[in-house]
Amino acid sequence: MNDFWSWEHTVAVLPGLLDGLRITILATVVGMVIASTLGLIVAIVRRSRLRLVTFPVGFLVEFIRSTPLLVQLVFANLLFTQFPSLAIGCVVLGIHYATYMSEVYRAGIDAVPRGQWEAAIALDLPKGRTWRAVVLPQAIRNTLPGLGNYAISMFKETPFLAFIYVVEMYAAAQAYGGSNFRYMEAITMVGLLFLLVSYPTSLLVRRLENRLA
Amino acid sequence: MLDNLQTFAGLLPQFGEGILVTLALTFGGGLLALFVAFVLGLGSRARTRWTRVPSRVVVEFFRGTSLVVQIFWLFYVLPLPPFYVELDPMACGIIALGLNYGAYASEVVRGSINSVPKGQWEAATALDLGPVRRMRRVILPQAWPLMIPMFTNLLIQLVKGSALAAYITLHDLNFMIVELRRGTTETVFSYTVGLLIYFAIAYVLTLLMNALEARAKNKVGQGPSLREILRVAPVQTKADVGASTPKPMVTSQLPPTTTDGA
Repeated sequence: MNDFWSWEHTVAVLPGLLDGLRITILATVVGMVIASTLGLIVAIVRRSRLRLVTFPVGFLVEFIRSTPLLVQLVFANLLFTQFPSLAIGCVVLGIHYATYMSEVYRAGIDAVPRGQWEAAIALDLPKGRTWRAVVLPQAIRNTLPGLGNYAISMFKETPFLAFIYVVEMYAAAQAYGGSNFRYMEAITMVGLLFLLVSYPTSLLVRRLENRLA
Repeated sequence: MLDNLQTFAGLLPQFGEGILVTLALTFGGGLLALFVAFVLGLGSRARTRWTRVPSRVVVEFFRGTSLVVQIFWLFYVLPLPPFYVELDPMACGIIALGLNYGAYASEVVRGSINSVPKGQWEAATALDLGPVRRMRRVILPQAWPLMIPMFTNLLIQLVKGSALAAYITLHDLNFMIVELRRGTTETVFSYTVGLLIYFAIAYVLTLLMNALEARAKNKVGQGPSLREILRVAPVQTKADVGASTPKPMVTSQLPPTTTDGA
């Protein structure tokens, strides 16, 4: 039984993991801020009537969406060696999820009834005001659950940062496992910590979804 | 540039093998995920607590922990005491991808089945269909077209997740990108080539899934059939004719003689 699970190692690995968890959460928050702003910009730009604008943006979004985050991270890290890899990780994570978020925003904007647009024209509101005061407040309400779900899935994709040498939770566990030859506790604890953070958050998002629906 | 292309041409056979490994992971993982999705999805809407609770626990466990952690847990922890289970790296990848995305897909299965209108369930009961036949002939044919678009998204996610396999010693497409970079010492060239190949794989899979969706929709009387879509000359499709008077779904699903082969 002692061979199976050692509480000593479990306790010893925890401080490193909690440090890693801080980086993990930091990356998620920064990535989410980038993703939600950039996603909104992309969604609005893609509604433009100019094919010269929408076509390249559309292709880029499709391209980023359908290629692996892992490969993008390693690529960016090799390309921009002058920046710290944590910064690169956050930005790539943010851009990758911005392409998902733009679809959520698009759906949210499409769900705003036509009458609202027509009313804004009837009231002679300028374009900027129509977006800011009429359309977006209603659209963003629709997108909140989607935003929450993507925040959770981004949180679970942060271990990819380990491959560009950011010491987040998973890399901390690997390091511990490597130097003590005890992978069992280290990697299992990472999984449990992920579950511990993401499950309550997902329950929260589900409640939000029910309240808004 | 010419040098790069030459190096790439030299590596082409290995690249082909790398793509095959990625595709094997995708199809293996995808099939396992589909199986897991139906087992857990149907399990979590069972009436008895003995199947419902375990299904929910398994789903939340695999959705809640990260794919990276799962794949490395299988690869590094499972061969250690007390398990002593040494899996082939390919099996590791397929199992991790299948369980992780299967858990996500089970929510799709559950949601789609729940969104089949209540009248359909009642009609099936009124026709005295047993629970198995009701599910197989009435509910699933209608839930299936709803599931496919979301399955498409998950399949693309799975392709992207398969890039992890390079780190459990598999020589997949991601590994070949690194090899190409070593050969050419050109980061931008090799990664652009690699990402374009991933993009092409994802694009072809999306097209195939869209075809599957059109077929599934046509079978429940919505939209034109695949043959009608692919035909070059414009013809009046069944959908145009049927559009004004939608057929009731239950009867169209239970014809006296099946027309599946047509």
